[in-house]
Amino acid sequence: MTEPKPFVNIRNAQKSYGTLEVLKDISLQVARGEIVAIIGPSGSGKSTLLRAINDLDPLTGGEVWLEDTQINKKLPHRQYEKHINQVRQDIGMVFQHFNLFPHLSVRENVTLAPKLLKGLSDDAAEALAREQLDKVGLLDRIDYYPSRLSGGQKQRVAIARALAMKPKVMLFDEATSALDPELVEEVNLVMKKLAEEHMTMIIVTHEMGFAETVCDRVIFMDKGVVVEEGPPSKIFRNPDNERTQNFLRKHLANANR
Amino acid sequence: MNLDFSVIPAYLDVVLLGAVWTIAITVAAALLSFVGGIILAVIALYAPLVVRLPFRLFAWLFMGTPLLLQLFLIYFGLVQIGIDLPAFVAGVVGLGLHFAVYNSELIQTSILAVDRGQMEAARTLGLSRGQALRKVVVPQAVRDVIPPIGNNMIALLKDSALVSVIGVSELTLSAQLAIGRTYRPFEFYLLAAVVYYVINLGMEAVQRRIERRIAAAR
Repeated sequence: MTEPKPFVNIRNAQKSYGTLEVLKDISLQVARGEIVAIIGPSGSGKSTLLRAINDLDPLTGGEVWLEDTQINKKLPHRQYEKHINQVRQDIGMVFQHFNLFPHLSVRENVTLAPKLLKGLSDDAAEALAREQLDKVGLLDRIDYYPSRLSGGQKQRVAIARALAMKPKVMLFDEATSALDPELVEEVNLVMKKLAEEHMTMIIVTHEMGFAETVCDRVIFMDKGVVVEEGPPSKIFRNPDNERTQNFLRKHLANANR
Repeated sequence: MNLDFSVIPAYLDVVLLGAVWTIAITVAAALLSFVGGIILAVIALYAPLVVRLPFRLFAWLFMGTPLLLQLFLIYFGLVQIGIDLPAFVAGVVGLGLHFAVYNSELIQTSILAVDRGQMEAARTLGLSRGQALRKVVVPQAVRDVIPPIGNNMIALLKDSALVSVIGVSELTLSAQLAIGRTYRPFEFYLLAAVVYYVINLGMEAVQRRIERRIAAAR
């Protein structure tokens, strides 16, 4: 059997701030439709790695590819801007703090980018907003402003906003970390739904339960390197590495406190 | 006491016409100062150095010299290089640019106060930096800056009296005209003061409405 060609391909990623090395030569391949969780202690570089995928935090070394396109191409400024704006349309991102646009209604949050970048007509944009909001269960909030939504609802709108660009891959940067515990599940449900639709997803998370049930593969990172990776059953039940074991033990102790 | 307010009705139309000019010049200059303030703020924060520097110089010039001098320069000075502006236009341009510089300082602070995540979210959707500024960052910054800009606009109304010196027959000059005919300075200056105050109240009412509409959209 031949290995399927990677959909997202991170090769020898390095990132340093001055003398501080945040990512030390990380390589990671994600197949189309695969769902990968990245776990690890804070400061391990997992968010930096995720943000390198759409070049929000540019790498200091290494390459990031989406299919046949190198994302972090070295280009003159103008050409680079054009290139990256195009590439980012294919990469949805969801943030810990939602980052909804507070001056726009839910509808406008979802339709802003498709209208601006894909020239959607008002009718097409309306249909798109309804479709995406229906998917996250918030069609009835289409006229609301973000300030009137709960944290869970805000994050679901943020997911709908990202999906409206019909991305090829979705990045989740601790999407449920800022939520009250009772609101986590509604966001998890939306992410599970995406998983069932075979969306390619890379998920930085502290939710081990979610990672275990939804993800195909778990990456454990610490101090800028991938310490261990494998199927969730392996990483969570029977990890090889001592650092993985320690992290999970501590994490479970915290979670049960 | 030698006061006689009975002279006022005969010149009320003159003074009120002056008030209309004052309102016209204030509104026009306010719009210019608002749009100009946004443009100057974006240039100050995001333009490359070669563009930023001349604008920085321009801002220093407008903040560091008297408005009266600026009006003279625009109205009388520019004629020498072939730019002959009508007095009203010169007044609007002078007041508008002067306050654009002050508004720009406020808007810059406000733009920087918009959460970094807003720009990031817009960029990850594929918006260019210009699009993200125009559609996401600046609208929020402007929303937050309406109250302090309102204060600037009240100052603009009061400073609009200065354009009387380049011959725009606005409220102050109209009052002077009436005084020239009647030799009643106290009565007409007082009348002008009352009219300024009324316009001021009107502006505050408009500002409150704008703020309420913004609050409703939050």
